[in-house]
Amino acid sequence: MKVTIEVNGGPVSAEVEDRTLLVHYIRETAGLTATNVGCDTTSCGACTVLLDGESVKSCTVLAAQADGHAVTTVEGLTGQDGELHPVQRAFREQHGLQCGFCTPGMIMATVSLLEHNPKPTRAEVREGLEGNLCRCTGYHNIVSAVVDASGQEVAR
Amino acid sequence: MIPVQFGYRRASSVDEALALLAEHGDDAKLLAGGHSLLPLMKLRLAAPEVLVDIAPVEELHHVRIDGEDVVIGALARYHDLQGDEVLREHAPLLAHVAGVVGDQQVRHRGTIGGSIAHADPAADLPAAILASDAVLVARGQEGERRIPAADFFLGPFTTSLTPEELLTEIRVPRQTGLGWGFEKFTRRAIDWAIVGVAVSGKRVGLINMGGTPVRASAAEEALARGASVAEAAELAAEGTSPPDEPHATTEYRRHLARVLTARALETSAGSR
Ligand SMILES: Cc1cc2nc3c(=O)[nH]c(=O)nc-3n(C[C@H](O)[C@H](O)[C@H](O)COP(=O)(O)OP(=O)(O)OC[C@H]3O[C@@H](n4cnc5c(N)ncnc54)[C@H](O)[C@@H]3O)c2cc1C
Ligand code: FES
Ligand code: FES
Repeated sequence: MKVTIEVNGGPVSAEVEDRTLLVHYIRETAGLTATNVGCDTTSCGACTVLLDGESVKSCTVLAAQADGHAVTTVEGLTGQDGELHPVQRAFREQHGLQCGFCTPGMIMATVSLLEHNPKPTRAEVREGLEGNLCRCTGYHNIVSAVVDASGQEVAR
Repeated sequence: MIPVQFGYRRASSVDEALALLAEHGDDAKLLAGGHSLLPLMKLRLAAPEVLVDIAPVEELHHVRIDGEDVVIGALARYHDLQGDEVLREHAPLLAHVAGVVGDQQVRHRGTIGGSIAHADPAADLPAAILASDAVLVARGQEGERRIPAADFFLGPFTTSLTPEELLTEIRVPRQTGLGWGFEKFTRRAIDWAIVGVAVSGKRVGLINMGGTPVRASAAEEALARGASVAEAAELAAEGTSPPDEPHATTEYRRHLARVLTARALETSAGSR
């Protein structure tokens, strides 16, 4: 079927198989490869993107379900001039990544979390990101990055 | 993992969805949030030939008051329900339970109707609607019928819906001001419950204590007789047949049901 998705502000149209997963549409059709496939079973959150501004696991959404909707990937957060989004800046600042595999998903889940809860406590961050796994287990600094991105003081 | 080939069809109204179901019969399956169905299709445990996407059906996303009932559209997502003011006031147990299903991403997709129609004995909302004495509204070619939650769940992943029917609404008698409590025992953050307990007023629903969600009738009767929370909770596992699995034996589940029922009843008593 013909699918048209607004990806990071611009339309991407393609004729794809009905069974195409959104994550494959993003990586292969739109050519944006920051979004990773980790578990492929809706568990790890590495494939998290925003669908109409809300975090979803794109390995468990059909491209067809996103037809006519807007998707934002981590590539879409960066400003025109290469300026980092506050959440990206905070992950860098707080060393919120080690190998970086989980990071695009962590960042997108964080953007959605802060949208609903702009000043989360550390405990709320851990709960809010429960759908994202970091195999490097760098959770402490990830939580610090989210707290930093929310404009709160990071407890040392 | 990629599902077997299928044809994707989109319905924008209940009538359109019913027509598509009638046209494709047993080969078709409804797709709501897709968070039970798509994982099964990716594992190739399900292979419908046609998916009828009902997410765009605007008429089924509501939460509203109708007389003595709160009426929830089958396509309302967990995320919508957890923050809904009407639900928080008149069916606070359901609003709370919607907020603890899976994780943030799952709650942005999964729907209450999908969870109920899927009828996983380990799912949270089915037991909560059972404890809320809800009535389910289904529509088919022949019209509408109402099914009490107690008659809806027939077995694991089996309900009294026919393949040509759509679950349209969940009608919950207002639980305004009633005490409520919810306990869910899991091994890891986003796991399904090993056992869970949902309490609204004097009704107790159990998760994963059998092939369907069940009411803890013996405990409820004890409460009605004026028994203490501790006495009633001791009876929580009476008449249930919980599964026996390597990570959670039948006896262990019975123990959990008693402990969690006591906790949920205590929370309920304190929340009034
Ligand atoms: C990572 C993860 C964690 C989860 N954790 C939990 C948890 O902790 N607790 C829990 O309870 N659940 C959990 N779930 C399951 C989740 O709640 C599902 O979203 C829900 O069970 C199904 O809702 P859906 O809208 O996604 O339905 P779908 O997957 O679209 O559909 C499920 C089934 O119901 C049918 N159906 C859907 N809507 C209707 C309708 N209106 N009328 C008739 N039939 C219909 C479909 O044909 C299909 O057979 C989890 C899922 C994932 C992926
Ligand atoms: S790849 Fe989608 S959740 Fe892991
Ligand atoms: S930084 Fe390696 S998986 Fe998270």
